[in-house]
Amino acid sequence: MSEGTSTEGATAAAGAGAHRWPLWEVFVRSSRGLSHVHAGSLHAPDASMALRNARDLYTRRNEGVSIWVVPSDAIAASDPDSKGAFFESPQGKDYRHATYYTKSEGVKHL
Amino acid sequence: MARIVQPAGQPAPTNAPNAPDAPASNDAAGQANFDAIIAKDSRVEPKDWMPEAYRRSLVRQISQHAHSEIIGMQPEANWITRAPSLKRKSILMAKVQDEAGHGLYLYSAAETLGTTRDDMMDALVAGKARYSSIFNYPTVTWADMGAIGWMVDGAAICNQVPLCRASYGPYGRAMVRVCKEESFHQRQGFEILLELAHGTPEQKAMAQDAVNRWYAPSLMMFGPPDDDSPNSKQSMAWNIKRFSNDELRSRFVGMLAEQVKVLGLTLPDSEIRFNEDTKKWEYGPLDWEEFKEVLAGRGPCNAQRLERRRSAHEDGAWVREAAAAYHDKQLAKQAAEQKAAA
Amino acid sequence: MHGGGASLGDSSASATRITPGFALRPEDIALAAKQGTARPGADVAEYALRLGDDALILAQRLGHWISRAPELEEDVALGNIALDQLGHARSFLTYAGSAWGKSEDDLAYFRREPEFRSAHLFEQPNGDFAATIARQFIAASYQFPLYRELAKSSDPMLAAIAAKAVKEVDYHLDHSTQWVLRLAGGTEESRRRMDAGLKLMWPFVGELFEDDPLTAKVGDAGVVPSSLKEEFDRGTGAVLAEAGLDVSGHPMATGGGRQGRHSEYLGFILAEMQVLAREFPGASW
Repeated sequence: MSEGTSTEGATAAAGAGAHRWPLWEVFVRSSRGLSHVHAGSLHAPDASMALRNARDLYTRRNEGVSIWVVPSDAIAASDPDSKGAFFESPQGKDYRHATYYTKSEGVKHL
Repeated sequence: MARIVQPAGQPAPTNAPNAPDAPASNDAAGQANFDAIIAKDSRVEPKDWMPEAYRRSLVRQISQHAHSEIIGMQPEANWITRAPSLKRKSILMAKVQDEAGHGLYLYSAAETLGTTRDDMMDALVAGKARYSSIFNYPTVTWADMGAIGWMVDGAAICNQVPLCRASYGPYGRAMVRVCKEESFHQRQGFEILLELAHGTPEQKAMAQDAVNRWYAPSLMMFGPPDDDSPNSKQSMAWNIKRFSNDELRSRFVGMLAEQVKVLGLTLPDSEIRFNEDTKKWEYGPLDWEEFKEVLAGRGPCNAQRLERRRSAHEDGAWVREAAAAYHDKQLAKQAAEQKAAA
Repeated sequence: MHGGGASLGDSSASATRITPGFALRPEDIALAAKQGTARPGADVAEYALRLGDDALILAQRLGHWISRAPELEEDVALGNIALDQLGHARSFLTYAGSAWGKSEDDLAYFRREPEFRSAHLFEQPNGDFAATIARQFIAASYQFPLYRELAKSSDPMLAAIAAKAVKEVDYHLDHSTQWVLRLAGGTEESRRRMDAGLKLMWPFVGELFEDDPLTAKVGDAGVVPSSLKEEFDRGTGAVLAEAGLDVSGHPMATGGGRQGRHSEYLGFILAEMQVLAREFPGASW
């Protein structure tokens, strides 16, 4: 990343917009037993404020029982250009799925 | 380029679909992939290759939308301290606060396109960005809270519901959230008017006056007529927009025409009728000259709205700096402690 | 600089299941009063009026921040706090009013300045963000132990209102504490402003903890203000020590709010708050 991370940005920027707050991704668990799901993002100076802002912004209507915040630039994502190669392998391996096994259809408790 | 990349808003140049002059813009494979996504009515996601014009168009639309939410807080915030009952005060406060939230969701969506919120905010306070011109009208009576909820939010919802299916994933998802939360906004406005319309004669007159003033501006929220809307066609081809300005406007007029009867008020347009042949609602001519004037910055409150946003932003600069500086100091402290411990 | 950032800063539909939740609302209190299942005696009503007025005036002040905060996230945060306070005010006022056949709105909109019972702290102007945070820090450091103790009140309705309020005020205390630390430990300017904010607001601490005949008369139904002072001092002291701030030199002002002697500000607050309601007395909104 040649552009620098947001955390660096927070101190390096100059002028009227100096000290910009970095971007955080917010994940909310809507109730016990469910996974945290990406809800959105926000800006905050640090993790503890990010959590609080997330609480105020993304759970105003009882949407959650737990929140994670992650600095946006800490997330590694798969390369969209390699989409084909990256996700091709599972295609056609239908023997990984129960529906592949048709002869046993109708047998109870199987 | 490694197969796994940092998912930056501004990725490294070799993989920079965001950069205006990126060689990737000519990427035929990318274009083909994009076209296929649009043809299948699937969703474009942030890291996908997309035509530069598509990206620009989205940034323009989403940021304008976000700005409208943020500027749109002001005409209603104007009445928070004077709301005539504590229940109404709670509702209004929650609504204006929601608008800040909606602005944030939308700025987030726009940020996925490689434009930072700071840049968008800077453009707004510098007067270089547009927002819905309706927020440049003043809220002079309490009934305006009702008319804004019923008509302005009503028009916004008409516009936004189809946007939940916008081809750009983050925009659609932001709109889903916004629409869910907005559902109470229109109702509370309608109920303000309903209460006033069944109140004292003065209250009813106040309600009618507000409806009269907000009617035409709310219709113009759908944008210029189709034959004068330069961006619409492309936007529809890209599955960002799903219905034309005039189509949505006509639908909206139909809703108002029915709902106003429940209020016992009238709309200031004697030409509203349902055309049985076209199956569309028709309405009297709108003053598009006024629309253009307000859009061009010559509305009653343009300067006031911008100045308020600018001063809030500038007055807050020291707070934002302080929090960032505090964080840096904490990091430095931690590093020193770790070093000492090692 | 274009901050890095995972390009997934969007809102996903699946995480937005929304519900109204379950909690005691002012409407429930009004209903209980109407049905005669909960009606305070005169002293408890007077006591509830104080709590309601503090929260109402604070909410009125905080409401002004919405659309003016230093960052949009903070618009939302201050809005939440204002809404919490307004909720507490509505509950306390509804309950107080039920003793005299008055609604929350009768009390909020049709009392004159000397009839209000708010303490001076809550009437202080917002000032800059640091002044607001100073006021918030004092208010929450006072309201948190107050509501925690009030949740044990012998009056079941006061206890119920306080049990809901204490959880919310717990967060207000956390919010203001975070900001006191950041402003004090941020830049030179923010430190100067935080210091100035505390200087403005600290004189109004004393009034909050003054006992008077009413607080004695309500007995177990209420909380003796002076009994909260030690915890207040300990709590604020720890935060201020961490922030390296000193408030020991700030003089205490004479209060009087509980007796209806207010700051110069309250008249203006009420003029603004009550103007429309008073223009149409008896109207429904």
